[in-house]
Amino acid sequence: MAISTDSIYSHKIWNETELSKIVPGGVPFPLLSDSSGVVGGQYGVYNAATGTELRGRFLIDPDGIIQAYEVLAPSVGRNVEETIRQLQAFQTVRDSGGRVATPSGWQPGKPVLYPNPDLVGNVWQVWSVEEAF
Amino acid sequence: MPTDFKPGCVRPKSTLAAAAAPADTAVAVVKEEIHVAKVGGLAPDFELAGYQQGGFKNFRLSEYRGKWVVLCFYPGDFTFV
Repeated sequence: MAISTDSIYSHKIWNETELSKIVPGGVPFPLLSDSSGVVGGQYGVYNAATGTELRGRFLIDPDGIIQAYEVLAPSVGRNVEETIRQLQAFQTVRDSGGRVATPSGWQPGKPVLYPNPDLVGNVWQVWSVEEAF
Repeated sequence: MPTDFKPGCVRPKSTLAAAAAPADTAVAVVKEEIHVAKVGGLAPDFELAGYQQGGFKNFRLSEYRGKWVVLCFYPGDFTFV
C-alpha cells in the first residue's frame, strides 16, 4: 500500500490521469491519505516543514513486525527489484523457521547459509565475493 | 476488510489505531500502544481513508495480519519519480 499526505480525491485523479497510462487499469494497491502526517510521524518519514513524507518503504511480516525499511530523499526513486528480492529473502528465512540466513547478494536459486558452530570462521569455504553481485 | 468511505467535503482524519481505542480505555494504556517504527518492532497500526481501483475505503494496517505488507510513503501525487 502507498501513503502520502494528498487527499484521496487527488489520489483518484492522479491514478486516472497519469498512473493508468503507466500501468494499464491503474495501480491495483490502495493509495492512502495521511493528511495530518500523524502516521508518517510514527514511521519517522514526515517532514512538518513541507507537510510531506519521504520515500520510506517498510517490509512488514505476517505478524505485523517490521523486517526492513529504506528511506530516500524525494528526488531519487526506489528500486522495486531490490524490494522484491528482500521480500523473497525474508520469506525464505521465515519459511525455514529461522534455520537459514541469506548471504550478501543472495537471490532466489542461490545457496543459503545454515549458521551453526562449524560455520563460524568458515564462511569463506562456502561463499565468495562474486556471489555478492 | 476495508470499510466503506463516504465522500464529503471534510478531509478524513489520519488515525493511529491505538488512538482510536474505545473512550473507556485508560489514557496510559493508549500511550503504551503508540510507538515509533523500528526493525524488529511492531509496525504502528493506523486507519486511513484511501482510494483503490475506483472506490474510496477506510484501510486498517492490522487487517493485513497473516500477509506480507510493503508500505510505501511518498512525497506526493504527481511528484515525478
